[in-house]
Amino acid sequence: MLRSRWAKVAVFLLCLVPFGRLAWRAWNGDLTPNPIEYITHFTGDWAIRLVVATLAVTPLRKLLHLPDLIRFRRMIGLFAFFYASLHFATWFGLDKFFDMHEILKDFTKRPFIIAGLTAFLSMTPLAVTSTKCWIRRLGGRRWQALHRLVYVTACAAVVHYYWLVESDIRWPLVYGSLVAILLAYQAGSWWRKRRTPAAAKTVGGAAS
Amino acid sequence: MLIKKPADIRYSEVTPKALYFNRRKFLAGIPAAFLGARELLAPSGRALADTSKLPNLAKSPFSTPEKENSYEDVTHYNNFYEFGTAKDEPAKYARNFKTNPWTLSVEGEVAKPRKYSLDDILHVAPLEERIYRHRCVEAWSIVVPWAGYSLSALLQQVQPTAKAKFVAFQSYYDLGQMPQARYAGIQLPYVEGLRLDEAMHPLTMLTVGMYGETLPPQDGAPVRLTVPWKYGFKSAKSLVKIRLVEKQPPNTWNLQAPNEYGFYSNVNPKVDHPRWSQATERRLGEFRRRPTLMFNGYGDQVASLYAGMDLRKYY
Repeated sequence: MLRSRWAKVAVFLLCLVPFGRLAWRAWNGDLTPNPIEYITHFTGDWAIRLVVATLAVTPLRKLLHLPDLIRFRRMIGLFAFFYASLHFATWFGLDKFFDMHEILKDFTKRPFIIAGLTAFLSMTPLAVTSTKCWIRRLGGRRWQALHRLVYVTACAAVVHYYWLVESDIRWPLVYGSLVAILLAYQAGSWWRKRRTPAAAKTVGGAAS
Repeated sequence: MLIKKPADIRYSEVTPKALYFNRRKFLAGIPAAFLGARELLAPSGRALADTSKLPNLAKSPFSTPEKENSYEDVTHYNNFYEFGTAKDEPAKYARNFKTNPWTLSVEGEVAKPRKYSLDDILHVAPLEERIYRHRCVEAWSIVVPWAGYSLSALLQQVQPTAKAKFVAFQSYYDLGQMPQARYAGIQLPYVEGLRLDEAMHPLTMLTVGMYGETLPPQDGAPVRLTVPWKYGFKSAKSLVKIRLVEKQPPNTWNLQAPNEYGFYSNVNPKVDHPRWSQATERRLGEFRRRPTLMFNGYGDQVASLYAGMDLRKYY
């Protein structure tokens, strides 16, 4: 079932559902008394959720014995970038209204903005190099090494969220714990690979 | 120019409730199946709490001629952490808040301490309507027609002694009525404070209503403080205790994050919050930010209170 072309279409549409909801609420003038803040939070929420989802793909493949899940990872990652771009653009264009003076001040003086910017910038090369062509150009190993940047993205996004909230830290903690678990899982498997170089070779070969 | 005409209908009924719900039901009908949107299917959180009209409000020279925000905005975008930390939560979770009977105890360094019932509070001084700007520390603002009178009227009744230098305020707190409060992440009950001269300033209001009606729960029913030249968190809601004291009392957000929130918390576009600029604000209902005014535009009346003080230090 996961191998079907339709499975990809289904995941694509699923990733678009939040955007559809946002558009629907905008159409109905139902974006709360502070629409810009609502759009900012909504797109930020979905960006971080999908970043966590991409991190979860590899562990889930192994734990659920569903290797075909890998087919969806690139798409989920690109959707994470899509929502992060909307999030960034909303802040930049709607909230700050392209006020470069204020924006540059934020970039240099506000730690939570710097964390958010780090998350966004670290995603950008991953989105750019997500094509087959780029995997070939870089070579599987180097491509994989580059794409470990996603852990920087995830950590920076959690820190960004944590520094943003006033006192109710429940959601940042949820995302923080998920990222910590997924990172620990991945670190564990890297460590095991190092101890058995033969296994590393086959995995590396399969990826390229 | 502000054209005021006598309101025959209550503000909370401007959008008829029935129509409101029908609109939501209509929306929910077709798309909900596809969208799976929880909010569309669940009973709407936008029920309007019971409020009653406050007749014969006197006009006040302190009112701004600026355009008032809609009742919908002011009742569905609230910071009231005891009823949830998201802006839309107080409207949902405060709906059944019991405010009758109510006791406000005024005590401490006073000659005549007294426990006020809600009815007592309503009769301390003639009720006025005052349209004030309200600026939140989070850089959004609203314009609200409050109803009440100068807090000084109440304080004069209890006769502060010579020792009274500050006024401490305490909000209602009960986990039974406020189950969301356990997630607030701040120390509760909510406490605030003013210097005595700030509390006695005629602009400082003891507020019992807004939009010509009693306060809805999410806006601090049945009685709250309104200090228009300070960030909104200074205006404590649902007051149960006012205590005249000798030393500067603690205030909740200062306890939570002393480097971000001070005791004075006067609106000041030149002193940034560590995490964001205070130079501009978004008036709800407006697209572009507008410049923030020193003392929220009340400088002519209050600047003298802070003569000679370094407002960067005493933020």
